[in-house]
Formats: sequence, structure tokens, C-alpha cells
Amino acid sequence: MTLGNLISVAGASIVKNKMRTVLTMLGIIIGVSAVIVMVAIGAGAQGQIERQIQNLGTNMLVVTPGSTASGGVSLGGQSGSGLTVEDAEMLASQSFLLSGVSPVISTFAQAVGGTGNWRAPIYGVAVDYQTIRDWDVVQGEFFDETDVRTIRREVVLGSTVAENLFPDGDAVGQQLRLRDVPLTIVGVLETKGQTAEGSDQDDVILVPYTTVQNRLAGRQFVSQILASAYSSEDVPAAQAEIQAILRDSHGLAPNEADDFTVRDQGELADAAQETTQVMTLLLAAIASISLLVGGIGIMNIMLVSVTERTREIGLRLALGAYGSDVMKQFLVESVVMSLGGGLTGVAIGYASSQAIASFTGWSTAVSVPTVILALGFAGVVGVFFGLYPARRAAALDPIEALRYE
Amino acid sequence: MSRQAPLGAPVIAARGLERVFEMGGTEVRALRGVDLTVERGEMLAVMGTSGSGKSTLMNILGCLDRSTAGSYVLDGVSVEGLNKNQLADIRNQRLGFVFQGFNLLPRTSALENVELPLLYDRSGRDMDTKALAAAALERVGLAERMDHDPSELSGGQQQRVAIARALVTKPSLVLADEPTGNLDTETTMEIMALFQELNAEGVTLLIVTHEPEISHYTQRIVELRDGRIIHDHPVAERGDAATDLLERRSLEPVGAP
Ligand SMILES: Nc1ncnc2c1ncn2[C@@H]1O[C@H](COP(=O)(O)OP(=O)(O)OP(=O)(O)O)[C@@H](O)[C@H]1O
Ligand SMILES: [Mg+2]
Repeated sequence: MTLGNLISVAGASIVKNKMRTVLTMLGIIIGVSAVIVMVAIGAGAQGQIERQIQNLGTNMLVVTPGSTASGGVSLGGQSGSGLTVEDAEMLASQSFLLSGVSPVISTFAQAVGGTGNWRAPIYGVAVDYQTIRDWDVVQGEFFDETDVRTIRREVVLGSTVAENLFPDGDAVGQQLRLRDVPLTIVGVLETKGQTAEGSDQDDVILVPYTTVQNRLAGRQFVSQILASAYSSEDVPAAQAEIQAILRDSHGLAPNEADDFTVRDQGELADAAQETTQVMTLLLAAIASISLLVGGIGIMNIMLVSVTERTREIGLRLALGAYGSDVMKQFLVESVVMSLGGGLTGVAIGYASSQAIASFTGWSTAVSVPTVILALGFAGVVGVFFGLYPARRAAALDPIEALRYE
Repeated sequence: MSRQAPLGAPVIAARGLERVFEMGGTEVRALRGVDLTVERGEMLAVMGTSGSGKSTLMNILGCLDRSTAGSYVLDGVSVEGLNKNQLADIRNQRLGFVFQGFNLLPRTSALENVELPLLYDRSGRDMDTKALAAAALERVGLAERMDHDPSELSGGQQQRVAIARALVTKPSLVLADEPTGNLDTETTMEIMALFQELNAEGVTLLIVTHEPEISHYTQRIVELRDGRIIHDHPVAERGDAATDLLERRSLEPVGAP
């Protein structure tokens, strides 16, 4: 029998039991479409995070208080600060490899102005903050060195704050009160969007750090020092330089551990990617299990098919079929079924990914290797779970099979 | 009709065939030394009571089963010592089977049913399987029914399709185990008339039956009892099924149910 014959026999058998075939293929369809969708979502999420990390700034280094021995990322600050404004000033004056340094003094306060109240994090930062974060001003301008030195009461708003307090877009030049201190709005920042963790980067109020220190009361601490290296090749050396300067300024003995942590963007990206990779792997594992369950469904139905067609098998053997012919016949049937399910699954998976993309705005990416892998896996499932029923069919005794009722 | 057998050699030359079934410790001796020679062009009936070993003998002669002792030369080929696939090739090339229950593939056209044995042909010869199947169907008088499924055919027509399937490979021997067991008297006679025609054209036929009316259309009757041949004799007054059929039809009152 030629392969064409085998496929047409398998096709005929599949078509004769339409409902049963569809139900059997359902397992594979769900499995394959789940693999496609989940990998697509995972890839989309990964792309998203990569873009967000790029978005953080250029060649950026982040110094946070406290030592973090293991790889966890703490983008937020830690209280009980081990970092001071003097640390930042020392880095700015002593380093050779840093193009910019800015402390980030964090505090929280109710902002009153424009149409009402808005509660947002307040960051006391240096002028360099803008270049380190690579953050454009869309209205007005960022405060300058003189403003910082002379402790001016000036403020730059993130776009979320600006939109909420000044919906008419006329924020620049207006007054804003923080803890009863009046400040003048000099600029509004461009929209950056969410961080990898999902917090709104634009919900922020930037004030010269000197102003925060000297004019605003309340609990405040240096949550981070941001710095940027001149180029990406300089990043590792800059990291070492920061470490050396800060150890010196903190008066640490050689045998003492750092009481701060310096991370670069790459490490942040790695940590974030690790999380999504684990997620993708987990999703793929769940999807694989459903493929496996689909395979067991195929095996079950193939065993039923072999039993139902015992007389047919006996007849074929009597007419001169080899055991291998019978085996091929059933293997082709199970592979046609699993690949049919696989193709349907790819179509459904692709459509679902597109739908999810258009609903959530994520860029879900269905890649060709994923499709090939999913189809290949479906085919392997078909062969693997078809093998046992097919061997059973091939081993039948023609006389007994012909007599089977 | 065969392609390789030496001219004049018998189609079946069996000596001392025995078949013992082991059934949970007890032995069932279904055949106890059967000698049988069948010449080319013969048409014989194998008879005997139920359990006498007719089907067992047929299965061995049809290379579906092996004897536990004795020798069997089919069409000049010694069958002992052949492996499973070689036996499958012998069945495909040299034997045709007709079963009591027709054994047609359901929801498959008559033409495709008849084509089936040709699809398992490994001799590598070039052939138009569809044309051969159509010719075989024409031969059994079903030229008009080629595209019909078995469910759309009467019992007699289904058995004709099965006979066409047995003939399509031009076998040396056609084995039929109770071929008319599921058919009424008139259809039985039609099938026997077809068998007689085929035999007249040179087809060697071995028919298992326990009905004397059927056996008297053959040339020779072999009777089994308890796994042995107790009678082997030519038919004295061989009937002609086609004539009997005409006679029977003329006797029936017109319009009778
Ligand atoms: N596979 C088997 N296992 C055990 N015993 C068997 C087997 N096949 C046949 N027999 C026994 O062999 C003997 C002959 O059986 P066989 O089927 O050849 O009889 P038969 O002449 O064809 O009968 P019938 O007219 O009822 O078809 C019986 O006693 C039967 O029980
Ligand atoms: Mg029998």
C-alpha cells in the first residue's frame, strides 16, 4: 500500500466517525492552541519588559541602601537609609566615569492646586536626573543648577499628576502647594508609561533635592542614587568606581561588606526576564500536560477503533496485508488525527493571540519556531500514542479476527 | 491460471495433515491425518458434520493457519517453513477467499472492495487496479453496481462482490467456507450457477458446505468426520445450477410473494 492509499483509508475512517474524531482531536486542539497562546503571551510580556527597561534611562546605575546578597530586585527604596545626599555629591565630584549623578529623596505629600488634591510620590532630585532617566520635558523646562543651588521652590510634574490637577493642559506657571509650601510649576514631563511591575512612572512630582531638604517638612530619606556612565562599555568600571567611592565615604574596613548595592540596567533586565522566563516555562508545562492528555485521548479512541475493526483487520490480513501494513494504517490514522488537531490548534491559537493582543494592547508574538515545535510535538504525540494500538492491530491472528463478532 | 506452478502439477498436494489445538491443558485434535490432492480446474465440496474439521482444514489450505504435522504443497510451493509475510504473499497472489459473512468493508464502494487485494500486491507488476476490479465486477454481473456501498446491495449481490474480490488477483485456488450459508434458496442457486460458470472457465474451487443440494453441483465430494476423510468420491449426477434455476422460476406461479 502506498502512503496515499494509507492516508485515504485513514481519512475515510476519520470522516466516518466525525463527531468522535472531533472530540478526540479536541484534546490536541486545546493543547496546541494553549501552547501557542501561552508562548505568545510570554514572548509579548518579555518584549514589553525589555522596552520598559530600555525606558528606564541610558547606561543607568542604581545605588540602593543596604546590601542585597541574592538576586532579588528592589526597585523601591528601603527605609532606614544608609545613603545620604553627601554620598551623591561625593560621587558627582570624585568620579571620572559618571556623566551624571542624582540623589532621589523620597517623600509623600498631598499636592493641592489646579482642580483639587492629588497624592503622589515626591522625588527630590538633581538636574542630572533628567538626562540619566532620558526623560523629555513636553511643556516648560526642567529646573537648572542655579535653581538647585538657590533652593528655588520649583516643581516638575509627571504627566499623570499634570492631567489630574490641570486637565486643561495649562499647568506650567501655576502654583502647587506641598505641605502648605507653595511651589511654581516649571515643566511637565513626557509620558513614560508603566514599569515592569505595573506602577505608573508618570504619577510623580520632581522637586530640586535641596528644596525638599530645606523647605519640605516630614519624613524623608535618600531611597536611591541614580547615576549614568558615559558609555555602556564604561558601566562595569563605573560600578566599581561607585563602590570604591562609597566604601571610602562610609568608612568601611576591607573586611566589612558593602552597606549599599549598585546595580546596572542589565541586572535589572536579567532579573525581570528571569521572572517572565519562569512564567513562560510554567505556562508551557501546563500546555504540554494538556497535549499529553490529548494524546491519551487519541490512544483510547485508537484502541476502540482497532477493536471495532477487528474483522476488517482479519480480512486485510487474509487478503495479503503484512502486519506492518496494518500497523502503518493505524499509525497514519492517529498521526492524521493528531496533526489535524495540531493544525486546528495553531489556527485557534493564532486567532486567540491576536484577540488577546487587541484587547490588552500587549504585543503577543506567535513565532514560526513555536508553531513548528507545537506541530512537531502533536505529531510525536500521534506516533507515540498510536503505536501501542497499531501494534496490537498488527499482532492480531487473521482467523480469530475474521471470526470476531 | 497460475503464473509459476509447473504445468500438470496439482494445486493442492497435502499429506498426513494434523492440527492439534491446546486448550487449557487439554488437546483438541481437529485434524488427524488428512491426505488430499486437488488438480487444476477441479470443483469440489468438503462436507461433514459440525466440528468435523472442515474450517480447520480450509484455514490450513488457505495458509491462514499451519498444520502441526504433515506436508502441504500449494501450487508447487512447499508451504511449511515459510514466514508470516511469505504466507501473506501466497494468500495475496495464489488464493482467493469467499466467506459466509461476505466480509466486505462497510461504507466502501463495491469497486474499492474488489480493488483491495491488489493494493497489497508486492510483485511489483504494473497494473491498473481500478480497471482490473471493474472487469472482475463485470464478470460477476455487477457492472451497474460498482459505486454502491455494501449496505445498498442485496445479500446475493454482496456475495458476488466478494467473489469478484476473490477472482481479481487471478488466483490458483478459490476457497469458500459456507459461501451460501447466509443466503436464501434462490440466491444460493444463483451463486452456485456463477461458481459453475467460473469453474468451466478454469477456476479451481473448493467449497465447504453441509448441504447436499450444494455439493451435487460440484464434481467431487470429500467428507470429513472427526478430523479424517471418510469418503472421497466423484459426484455421480452433477446438477446444473443455471438450468435448475430456470426450472424453479418457471414453476413459481406468476406474482407469488
Ligand atoms: N482455535 C481453536 N481452538 C481450539 N479448538 C478449536 C479451534 N478451532 C477449532 N477447534 C476445534 O476443532 C474442531 C473442528 O472445528 P472446525 O471449526 O474445523 O469444525 P467445522 O467442521 O468447521 O464445524 P462447523 O460445521 O460447525 O463450522 C472442533 O472440535 C473445534 O472445537
Ligand atoms: Mg466451520
